[in-house]
Amino acid sequence: MVLHEPEDLLLYEYDGSVEKGRPGAVVFPATTHDVSRAVRLAAQHDIPIIGRGAGTGLSGGALARTGGIMIVFARMNRILELDLENQRAVVQPGVVNYELTHAVEHARLYFAPDPSSWKSCTIGGNVAENAGGPHTLAYGVTSNHVTALELVLPDGEICRVGSRHGDSLGYDLAGLFVGSEGTLALVTEITVKLLRKPESVKTLLAIFDRVDDASETVAEITARAITPAACEMLDGWTLRAVEDFIHAGFPMDSAAVLLIELEGLAEVVVAQVAAVEEVCREHHAREVRIARDEHERELLWKGRKNAFGALGRIAPGNYVLDGVIPRSKIPQALRRIQEIGERYNFKIGNIFHAGDGNLHPIVLFDPRDAGQYQRAIEASAEIIRYCVEIGGALTGEHGVGMEKSELMPLLFSDDDFALMRRIHDVFNPQSALNPGKIFPLNKGCGEITPRAQAAVRAVPL
Amino acid sequence: MSTVATNVAARLETVIGAARVNGSSESCAKFAVDGVVPSAVAKPASSAEVVEIVRFAKSEKLALIPCGNGTKLGIGMPPARYDIALDMTGLNQIAYYDPGDLTLSVDAGMSLTQLADPLAKQEQFVPLAVPFFEECTVGGTIASNIGSSLRPGYGAARDFLLGAEFVNGAGTFTKSGGRVVKNVTGYDLHKLLIGSLGTLGAITRLNFRTFPLPEGYGHLVSTFSTVDSIVRFQAMVSKSLLSPSSFDILGSAAAQTVAELKDNRHSSLPWFVHGAWHVCIKFEGAEAILRRYSSELAQYAEKCGASNYHLVEKSEEKSLRVGLRELVKLLSCPGPAATIFKINLLPGFPPDGSNLSALATRLSIPCCIFASSSGPLYFALRPDDVGDKTISSLRHIASGVFEYATTHNGSASILFCPTALKRVVNVWGPTRNDAALMRLVKNAFDPENVFAPGRFVAGI
Repeated sequence: MVLHEPEDLLLYEYDGSVEKGRPGAVVFPATTHDVSRAVRLAAQHDIPIIGRGAGTGLSGGALARTGGIMIVFARMNRILELDLENQRAVVQPGVVNYELTHAVEHARLYFAPDPSSWKSCTIGGNVAENAGGPHTLAYGVTSNHVTALELVLPDGEICRVGSRHGDSLGYDLAGLFVGSEGTLALVTEITVKLLRKPESVKTLLAIFDRVDDASETVAEITARAITPAACEMLDGWTLRAVEDFIHAGFPMDSAAVLLIELEGLAEVVVAQVAAVEEVCREHHAREVRIARDEHERELLWKGRKNAFGALGRIAPGNYVLDGVIPRSKIPQALRRIQEIGERYNFKIGNIFHAGDGNLHPIVLFDPRDAGQYQRAIEASAEIIRYCVEIGGALTGEHGVGMEKSELMPLLFSDDDFALMRRIHDVFNPQSALNPGKIFPLNKGCGEITPRAQAAVRAVPL
Repeated sequence: MSTVATNVAARLETVIGAARVNGSSESCAKFAVDGVVPSAVAKPASSAEVVEIVRFAKSEKLALIPCGNGTKLGIGMPPARYDIALDMTGLNQIAYYDPGDLTLSVDAGMSLTQLADPLAKQEQFVPLAVPFFEECTVGGTIASNIGSSLRPGYGAARDFLLGAEFVNGAGTFTKSGGRVVKNVTGYDLHKLLIGSLGTLGAITRLNFRTFPLPEGYGHLVSTFSTVDSIVRFQAMVSKSLLSPSSFDILGSAAAQTVAELKDNRHSSLPWFVHGAWHVCIKFEGAEAILRRYSSELAQYAEKCGASNYHLVEKSEEKSLRVGLRELVKLLSCPGPAATIFKINLLPGFPPDGSNLSALATRLSIPCCIFASSSGPLYFALRPDDVGDKTISSLRHIASGVFEYATTHNGSASILFCPTALKRVVNVWGPTRNDAALMRLVKNAFDPENVFAPGRFVAGI
């Protein structure tokens, strides 16, 4: 199937980011050979190729920045093999993240990466972006769970890297391709590890009257190495917006809450719950609630996972950042974000993977106002610059894509780019695959360049 | 000393100063790889000096091998060229350590023991429980990707290495990843350095996630008379809710080697039974958790027909732990002919694993097998000599092992063996179908083949 009518292509012009880019045509291959044929054809005519899963990405990774043929993996959505004995699954890239967990739940197994878009995002997309999620705190990001890949190179050649067991001889090529954002090869088959479900899960909601107390609590939980399975923070303003919409039971008058999940052997969880409660109380938590049953637990998570939808109702536009910082520096970072928001006169909400130090400040603005848009971009760049200054990085799980490529020089030198560029060029010499991503176009400028009008909608996270 | 050697050393001195260069034949011999002796040893004190040395080597078309303390230089094929040993032990500081964030940045030349002390003061550690622990460097551990006995509980290096700094073959200082625990900014080039054996560049610094030292730990050693019961036992534990931090399966000769580890600091290990298979499991946590592990593991062992099981006494624990950690070293030591295969298979111990021993016993070569639950499986041979007949037997066994790995959807390499065997067998096994992609990576990192040419997979 091929789409080329403008009204059809419109659908593929967006992803979950504020970026835009329209493909010239969209194809839906059913097999690896279809992919290879499409790639060969494009190569003959010097046309760019862009791989795409469900289009839920948050950095413009799956957008046709310079036009070209978009390869959508929606039809390559079969689970090819479940090897429950060895805790492995072989899937096509279009399999939806949640579908894999659903397919192995009966054996008490699951696929660990769980981005908030897990009910719609594809595993191929997770591989391209090296996706995370709340539970990566304990279990790692996508690359920790991928052992082998089948790839189509830009000349159409099909090859395999890695192995089912995960220990390869030679260079860790699977480790290189996961997270390469579709700029080195198209992934057409993925072998992943499946984890065993824990014996016991406890979900806590700790309620604070001061943001500082909540962020000090996170730093202390980390320093005491308690290692929850997830540790999420919502500031008061954000949780009120969420509560209005979701009714998850978040207290309307608090300054911040922590949503902390502890998993493992029953004995381990009992001890961890006690330890977390102690840290919360030492840092003046007003209350620590423990979800009494699965229903309460799901409600709390529903509040967290749909938070960005809720925020979308408040402001006409928002910009979600993805900076990462050392966890010992969360309190000072949140204070700085607050200060930056005040200086630029924007409301900046905070709802993020606190346990990983993966911030998601969300800048609310009206994109119809060109001046506001520009200032929102500037405020965001200042926040990211601060993350890098205190030892952090630009993106913890969303990828660089086209959104953050111009910020890359904050972190990387010309020599770093030269080596990354050589790696890019040995696999993708003509830049036929996903052009205009990761690498800055105006190298060395270190500023976000103005873009087309931002998308006016909420961003799931 | 040959004229060439004098020349390389003398010219190097003009680049980084006489204090950093040693051209004496005695020093060079210490860094020999498979009998190939370099012409000079350069010991940089900073990454800027590493850059100078690499640029010098590149412009003079000389070959470099980055070295730590040299414990694992025997891994890989003999180098095609080797002019300068790059002694990285001059870079040996902790650059950054944030115990509150559980992150660490350490120079590649620091030894693992040196690193352990400051971390232990904060009740933390990096889970690299590797052979040669007492002598080796952080950089060598990562570049060789030598197996850690704590892998079942803590993962492999790729799971907790956060970033790296290195000097690539173009002679530029580059970095990848970062110091934070979650990061997708740019290509994960540091993952490629793991196990790259110095063929992509000289690692100058590595960033790790650190882990809290466990509150307490225990070991259960169980004895089995058949491989089948071990396979059942392993499957039962892996399907349970328990997650031990290490799980080592020892054939009888391997258990004997651990038991005989002579070290006055530690006590003897009474429960290793001659002629039996043993499974040694380490578990960690608070008292209540240790009690649960002990009783559940004992139950499983009993159900699977263990002839015996013991909870290891506190006084015996260190001997056992060190013995298991150092097994690869112990088996690579006995003589110049010692040969160790590393076989990467799926997690479960293969029911026909003892077929491997048959390959060796048929040729009257003493051997042993041991494995970790998370892979790999090691097959160690201890022939008496390196005569032609032995080499020919080893060659025969090698093709059997490579075939075994292939038929089990795995892969195998020879970790350590006599240089004579490398003349007739490629230690990396049969040609691989991803060889072309590996060469592309090598070309990007080291376009002029300055680093360790010929030692690696696919002729790299």
